[in-house]
Amino acid sequence: MIPYQFIVTVKLGLKSLMLHKLRSSLTMLGIIFGVCSVIAMLAIGEGASYEAQEAIKKLGSNNILIRSVKPPEQARQQSSGSRGMQLKYGLTYADGARLQSTIPGVVRVLPMRIIRENVRFERNEVPCQVIGTYPYYSDVTGAAVVRGRFLAHLDEARQENVCVITTGLARRLFPYQDPLDHSVKIDAFYYRVIGIVQERSQAEQRTQSGKMEGQPLDNNVYIPLSTSRTRFGDILIRRTAGSFEAEEVQLHQVTVQMRDVAAVETADPQIKTLLDRFHEDNDYEVVVPLQLLRQAEQTKRIFNIVLGSIAAISLLVGGIGIMNIMLATVTERTREIGIRRALGARRADITRQFLVETVVLSIGGGLIGVMVGVIVPFVVSEMTTMRTIVTPWSVLLAFSISGAIGIIFGLYPAKAAADLDPIEALRHE
Amino acid sequence: MDDSASTGNHRAIIHLEGLEKTYVLGEENIVHALAGVDLEIEEGSFIAIMGPSGSGKSTMLNILGCLDRPTAGQYFLGGEDVSRMSDDALSRVRGERIGFIFQSYNLIAQLTVIENIQVPLFYRGVDLKEAHDRCVELANLVGLGDRLDHRPMQLSGGQQQRVAVARSLVNNPLMILADEPTGNLDSRTGAEVLDLISRLNESGKTVVLVTHDDKVAARAHRVVRMKDGIVDQDVTQRERVGQGANRRNIV
Repeated sequence: MIPYQFIVTVKLGLKSLMLHKLRSSLTMLGIIFGVCSVIAMLAIGEGASYEAQEAIKKLGSNNILIRSVKPPEQARQQSSGSRGMQLKYGLTYADGARLQSTIPGVVRVLPMRIIRENVRFERNEVPCQVIGTYPYYSDVTGAAVVRGRFLAHLDEARQENVCVITTGLARRLFPYQDPLDHSVKIDAFYYRVIGIVQERSQAEQRTQSGKMEGQPLDNNVYIPLSTSRTRFGDILIRRTAGSFEAEEVQLHQVTVQMRDVAAVETADPQIKTLLDRFHEDNDYEVVVPLQLLRQAEQTKRIFNIVLGSIAAISLLVGGIGIMNIMLATVTERTREIGIRRALGARRADITRQFLVETVVLSIGGGLIGVMVGVIVPFVVSEMTTMRTIVTPWSVLLAFSISGAIGIIFGLYPAKAAADLDPIEALRHE
Repeated sequence: MDDSASTGNHRAIIHLEGLEKTYVLGEENIVHALAGVDLEIEEGSFIAIMGPSGSGKSTMLNILGCLDRPTAGQYFLGGEDVSRMSDDALSRVRGERIGFIFQSYNLIAQLTVIENIQVPLFYRGVDLKEAHDRCVELANLVGLGDRLDHRPMQLSGGQQQRVAVARSLVNNPLMILADEPTGNLDSRTGAEVLDLISRLNESGKTVVLVTHDDKVAARAHRVVRMKDGIVDQDVTQRERVGQGANRRNIV
């Protein structure tokens, strides 16, 4: 009997709400926006942190990155003023060897020289990063060879003029030809293309060098480290309008692959101690993806809390809107309440009737909000490059909050309706 | 006469004993709306309660209708003392034993005729589908069988009041409590509604009518006049006719 009565009450509630369609839909709008923003904001937050986390994971939680950093202006003048225009900083080949031999738990040390040069093929010219590195680069970083092969030890030993290009660069340089076995010109020398590697997604590249800011890294050319050293030399000259700047950098980045996560934890301070002995200028920086990952998780939590509370506030406002309307409805329907009381309705019946109406409003708004809230992140990721993830728990959370709001904000008006004196209510005009 | 048959068993359906209702409006301002009312109403009777405003007539109606509780005294409805009942229990009593007819019809605007008739059943927990036939039957009885899906706004005053009559009957109550049932109607439709109520009484329903209109009260078998919170006059139809004749003679 109770479920039957409940169904009738719900029908009655729907009927009353349908009687004031505009009012009901405006009231619902508050909840719709609230629920929608909870889901959408959490989806955007989740998506952003997922991207960062995936990228960091790909980077390898077993890896430690050490990058050369140009020292700040003051330090530069003190240390290298005597050398005139030439600036020497950054990691050295010796550093790589020291890391390999000193730090316990090191599997491999991958040095990289990163030089910005234009790469040419016929009339096409593309600004690139020419990366001199060892053959096991693809194993450590997870770059996938699409065609041909990656650099080999023999290339390194013979200082061969060979190169591996990324798919993005292949498309730009060779719109019509097969790049394999063609030669591209970098600076003054020609390099034979021996393979194509799959470029990584934007976000992954962004963190490849441990930097979080954007870098156009999809135009990469990989050459043997030995070749890079002989062809470009250790002193790099950069010409700008009216002046030139020379700097001596042996290695731009060293990726240290550790045995396991535990080794990463202990190696981090050891690496700093080791490098500090040979680098007074603070011209390097250590990036531990594992720490980045933890930071990202921490950031995600804060992000979610902030976004969630903003959205929750809008839900709260929606709830207050519902309460306001319901109070007005109770006043408007005082007569009806009186009639129902006279015809045998108990206080609880009246409370239930009005509570059901609020809950129908808020759950209805919640349902629509969930639908809109699932669509909005989808549209956002379609229109921008932002990634969004709608997690089931955020939908559940938003929906149950909307239900709870219906009950919490409906209770007071419903109680007020039930507490009306039947005699007074009947007399109400 | 018909009334001798219907009042034949002499069972008191309403029994009021020393009923008092006091309103405390201020420190020194205490109003005795009812100051000790004793009254018995037998099953099947048709009684009119009359009185000028301020006589306690409305208070009497509220208490008889179980919408209010007396300050002192006892009220037995169908043999049960309802004067000290809880709010919920009173709601149940209203739903099961009393059929209300109001001056302003008091139908629920968003419900159709048939749904309005069903309202008291709903609060009794009756399955409305099962009771549907009975509701249709009642609608036919009051002559609105062809307007089941109309809303109150689409009906005339007389029709609305007839819906209210059907609604008052749906729970098969012990008594029909009518509060100025013709107050908002013109004399012709008023008379129709009163005819309907009279017919109900003839078929055995106890009717308590609260009015200030002598013509309406004339339909009743017994008239109780109230004054200053007490029963001033209590005349059955025959005495009253005699009195009326006397009065006319005097005039």
